[in-house]
Amino acid sequence: MTQMTMIGAIQNAHDLAMERDENVVVFGEDVGYFGGVFRCTAGLQQKYGASRCFDAPISELGIVGAGVGMAAYGLKPVVEVQFADYMYPAYDQIVSEAARLRYRSGGEFTCPMVVRMPTGGGIWGGQTHSQSPEALFTHVSGLKTVIPSNPQDAKGLLLSAIADPDPVIFLEPKRLYNGPFDGYHDRPVQPWKKHPMGEVDPGYYEIPLGKAAVAREGQDMTIVTYGTMVHVAMAAVEATGINAEVIDLRTLIPLDTETVMTSVQKTGRCIVLHEATLTSGFGAELAAQVQAECFYHLEAPVLRVAGWDTPYPHAQEWAYFPGPDRVGRNMKNLMEA
Amino acid sequence: MTDTPALSLNVPQPACRPGDTPDFSSIDVPAAGSVRRPPVDEQPDAMRDLAFTIIRVLDDEGNAVGDWADSLTDEEVARGLRDMMTLRIFDNRMMTAQRQGKTSFYMQHLGEEAVSCAFQRALSKGDMNFPTYRQAGLLIASDYPLETMMCQVFSNEADPLHGRQLPVMYSSKEHGFFTISGNLATQYIQAVGWSMASAIKGDTKIATSWIGDGSTSESDFHAALVFASTYAAPVVLNVVNNQWAISTFQGLARGGSHTFAARGHGFGIPSLRVDGNDYLAVHAAAKWATERARRNLGPTLIEHVTYRAGGHSTSDDPSAYRPKAESEAWPLGDPIDRIKTYLINKGLWSDDRHKQAEAEITDMVIECQKRAEAIGTLNSGHAPSPRDMFEDVYAEMPAHLVRQRHEVGY
Repeated sequence: MTQMTMIGAIQNAHDLAMERDENVVVFGEDVGYFGGVFRCTAGLQQKYGASRCFDAPISELGIVGAGVGMAAYGLKPVVEVQFADYMYPAYDQIVSEAARLRYRSGGEFTCPMVVRMPTGGGIWGGQTHSQSPEALFTHVSGLKTVIPSNPQDAKGLLLSAIADPDPVIFLEPKRLYNGPFDGYHDRPVQPWKKHPMGEVDPGYYEIPLGKAAVAREGQDMTIVTYGTMVHVAMAAVEATGINAEVIDLRTLIPLDTETVMTSVQKTGRCIVLHEATLTSGFGAELAAQVQAECFYHLEAPVLRVAGWDTPYPHAQEWAYFPGPDRVGRNMKNLMEA
Repeated sequence: MTDTPALSLNVPQPACRPGDTPDFSSIDVPAAGSVRRPPVDEQPDAMRDLAFTIIRVLDDEGNAVGDWADSLTDEEVARGLRDMMTLRIFDNRMMTAQRQGKTSFYMQHLGEEAVSCAFQRALSKGDMNFPTYRQAGLLIASDYPLETMMCQVFSNEADPLHGRQLPVMYSSKEHGFFTISGNLATQYIQAVGWSMASAIKGDTKIATSWIGDGSTSESDFHAALVFASTYAAPVVLNVVNNQWAISTFQGLARGGSHTFAARGHGFGIPSLRVDGNDYLAVHAAAKWATERARRNLGPTLIEHVTYRAGGHSTSDDPSAYRPKAESEAWPLGDPIDRIKTYLINKGLWSDDRHKQAEAEITDMVIECQKRAEAIGTLNSGHAPSPRDMFEDVYAEMPAHLVRQRHEVGY
């Protein structure tokens, strides 16, 4: 095992995928010569040449749309949208095109593309560099949506996403990019170089899409979450002493309902937790499914803890971001309910 | 206080509306054969004039003249006439079928047959068209089975798209016809991406993309031009200017630009303007542009100047927004009549043979239609199974879709 940050793990996944399959091409704004503003594609152009890893004009629509055409040709494009917040101009190409090529062509044309986007807040990015748009993708038939919570998963899930025959939205929590996160977002961010994020297998491996991880086993309640919030949940467990089971979904679609339901049926209580705004968030889907499947096992209503229904505020981001305190308060309430 | 006058908004209007006398005086129609044919590797800056004229081969008497003539043999021209006649008769039958309730919707090509039929004959096997909804001629000219097209129009059990797509939104990888989207212009940038992929792989295939005049307002059009220009993609970018985007005249999408072809100049893309009702001119322009792409000389933009003689679709009544006789006043004539006259002038065709060919093609189309209808139409016969509705959302059906399929009973 090697110590890697999530950025290193993602870069390593690109490298291995490009080495393994010459049809993998990587492009997006700044991803070529410079290696991406977050450095996730560093060194790829030097190693694989400019026709396999290149910079693109600042046109998210163009990047995703060209990717759809390349995928239809038979390549495996892995494209980067610099921030998930910039995805909106490309949304039609993702939703109406990438997601539906297989369906509308009776299986003749397919779109094995990966669209990578840094997602979420916690880096003082304001409302244009902090959004969590996963629910906009999970609502779309034909897309798979992945959000890793650690470097080992990020690498294995990205390699699975690249190998997948369908379009995959790969959301990378940028709060976790550069180093460890203890869940307490209001503490100073540690310089990442001194804090390698985690152990990563240096070889090629895939973590299957649609398989959740139990981040922590527990008996008192189940916290269903993903991405950055896995770490917040763990911190809240530590702070409250409540013996919660923490489920890290890793993939939102396809959803590993079995792991979620088995856990909730065991614990009888459930919090769904995400950073995205509360209303119509993916938590609503999770809560609905849990109440439908586990109603007779529940000791209390399913609780949702999420970002507030406001745009992501710059100066108040620590009040916006669901932290261990907010999650802990809800855990205590749920135990008393 | 200011002494500048109050501002006012410019909302472009067409030259005439219902009740007015049709007026195409704003279209400058150069004499056939008057536009030069530059070498394909001429510098884009040296051929900017080609975006402000109209390349025409067939003159008013039906003779082929000028530098752009002779791109086809007599046999190929005769085949072109047959393709266009087939498309027109096919359209007629399907329009009627829609009125009879056998399908929900149809879009005909009336007046625009030359654009897609001629272009297809300049392509090679393996090339990929990224069409919009009025290029069925690309399929017909590549011998795609009419019966299969009809099964798709009727959404019956033999519809290769399993009843999931709107009629006329065909798909055939084998025939180089990319699956059509109802969202306008999305295919334009995809074609560029496909052609970039071909270049990345060192392949020899090229792509073409198709867009209507109205859809050039979509961002996808501009993204496609940026990408095609930046990467010198082996793609031919077609704009079919048929004057009308439903009820919106082409001046609204064109804005202050002189022609749609001139849009290419801002990107350094060589741009041609061609008589879209002239089979020979469209073919010659297509051959020139595809040769550029194949020789790695980059993209070409072609504006096909034509006229949508029919309604936008079976849901549209053009008499509500344009003079009824406008199509007859169209200065570039009818593409079928023009090539028919050309062949008659050459002693290769006659009115009688034309009538006979019409009857033969009609019989053949009716035969196909009978076979397709025997399988089913939208409201009768064998429909695709609801089971198919759940297939092809993903390569492998995920558990939640299996559950939903079971709930429907499959």
